[in-house]
Amino acid sequence: MNFRLLKDKILSKLMLVFTLASVSLLVIIGIGLYYKSIPIIHRLSWSELITSSIWKPLKGLFGFFPFIMGTLWVTAIAIVIALPLCLLTALYIVEYAPTRVKRILTPFVNLLSGIPPVIFGVWGVLFIIPLIQIYIAPHFVEFSTGYSVLAGGIVLAVMIFPLIVSIISEVLRTIPQELKDASLSLGATKWETIKKVILRKALPGIIAAAVLAISRAFGETIAVLMVCGNNAAVPHSVFDPGYPLPALIANNYGEMLSIPLYDSALMFAALLLFIIILVFNIISRVILARLERRLAA
Amino acid sequence: MTQTPHISVQHLNVHIGAQHILKDININIPDKKVTSIIGPSGCGKTTLLKSFNRLWDNTADVKITGKVLVDNEDIYAPNAEVTHIRKKMGLLSQRPYPLPMSIYDNVAYGPRIHGIRKKQVLDELVEEQLKATGLWNEVKDRLNASATRLSIGQQQRLCLARGLAVGPEIILGDESTSALDPVSTAIIEDLFISLKEKYSIVLVTHILRQARRVSDYIIFVYMGKIIEFGPTEEVLLNPKEELTKEYVKGYIS
Repeated sequence: MNFRLLKDKILSKLMLVFTLASVSLLVIIGIGLYYKSIPIIHRLSWSELITSSIWKPLKGLFGFFPFIMGTLWVTAIAIVIALPLCLLTALYIVEYAPTRVKRILTPFVNLLSGIPPVIFGVWGVLFIIPLIQIYIAPHFVEFSTGYSVLAGGIVLAVMIFPLIVSIISEVLRTIPQELKDASLSLGATKWETIKKVILRKALPGIIAAAVLAISRAFGETIAVLMVCGNNAAVPHSVFDPGYPLPALIANNYGEMLSIPLYDSALMFAALLLFIIILVFNIISRVILARLERRLAA
Repeated sequence: MTQTPHISVQHLNVHIGAQHILKDININIPDKKVTSIIGPSGCGKTTLLKSFNRLWDNTADVKITGKVLVDNEDIYAPNAEVTHIRKKMGLLSQRPYPLPMSIYDNVAYGPRIHGIRKKQVLDELVEEQLKATGLWNEVKDRLNASATRLSIGQQQRLCLARGLAVGPEIILGDESTSALDPVSTAIIEDLFISLKEKYSIVLVTHILRQARRVSDYIIFVYMGKIIEFGPTEEVLLNPKEELTKEYVKGYIS
């Protein structure tokens, strides 16, 4: 066989191997986490682990419900705050900003994503916590230390901001000028065009951006654990402290491992996080596919 | 041309970035006629057409000087209201761009924006315009289906209906048949001819046969300048200018 063709063939196979290797990593991690969680799953059932709110490792009681709720609260708050702001920012950058402003704004937004999470954490402790404790919380509840799921959500919102803005901007840029012209030439204003044409066309892309951001937010650890209070109880308001799964793992892994089953419990926490992200991604993919089909239909 | 012009262009200059695209354009577009703008690609035909409804407003680096009078109103005057100007003109672009909504909503889009809310009025308008563009019988049973489901020729007629629904006086066509098959092209061309009873039509085309078939007047643009303007037969069969002669014969393109 010709040497050049051989080289082509070998390289393509090699790439296939590497691709398969990286894909199988997902499966391997899943299996690994499950394997390590077996001791605690055998002691307590799945349903008990997930629905119980009692976290007393010394007594052998491991209820993960507060952590699951902590994760969901913080992530939900983050996306509720971030998504509208990001959408407006992206719309401004793509549709309204003059070229010069655009050139300055875009690197600034991207720079945000380069800041290490721990700095966001420190910023949260220094600014967000007092802000909530002194100015926001007193209007709504009797007492809050400021360390709360709201603080976690705000810090997280800032952290996912650049990701969402850049994805939505990309999506908006793919909308053909002719489509916008079609609406404008009928006498629509820019805002009417955005509201009725651009956003409708961009909806699947906006949802995809949110999905990616939420997936990232689920796993964000250090900045969140610095501000959200880390109290193993289900939060009942945004001013209550929470304890998301990643924070639980990061705070405790490598410490109190002398407690029986603790090691396995933390692995189970990781498995839960893994499953939450997996399920979330599958569901959002289904929704996205349906939406795209409906828009095409 | 003794009649009053519908669009009157006076000393129009368009710069895009450092390029001088249109150079001192002076032209009167006749009322209730089909006027074709012909010329080689890149000569400024589309730029000229888009300057009639201020579609350059949102593009960076475009500088426009001079006057474009529509019904004796300068559309580039500081107090001119752009939505009002655009409502007077329906634009039909190179490829159909149906809005991401149903067939019905596409036609009703313009009227709704301009304040028509009553369902009965909208229904009548939609039916009237879909009939005017010969689409009614093909789509009357699926008005709520997505517009992207239509064939590309049907989409282009839908876009025309959408433009007519806001009650314009002028139709601007920017190589409106270039993406279409011959049958759809013929339908659109026939529509232009029948619509000139009610509308002034300005078409950009690089197909001479099309210009000849549908237009009453021809403007020949070359390198950003108007070389010749006159009745179709005269410009195509008996051009006064050397450049027009060469273009018509196919020596320059």
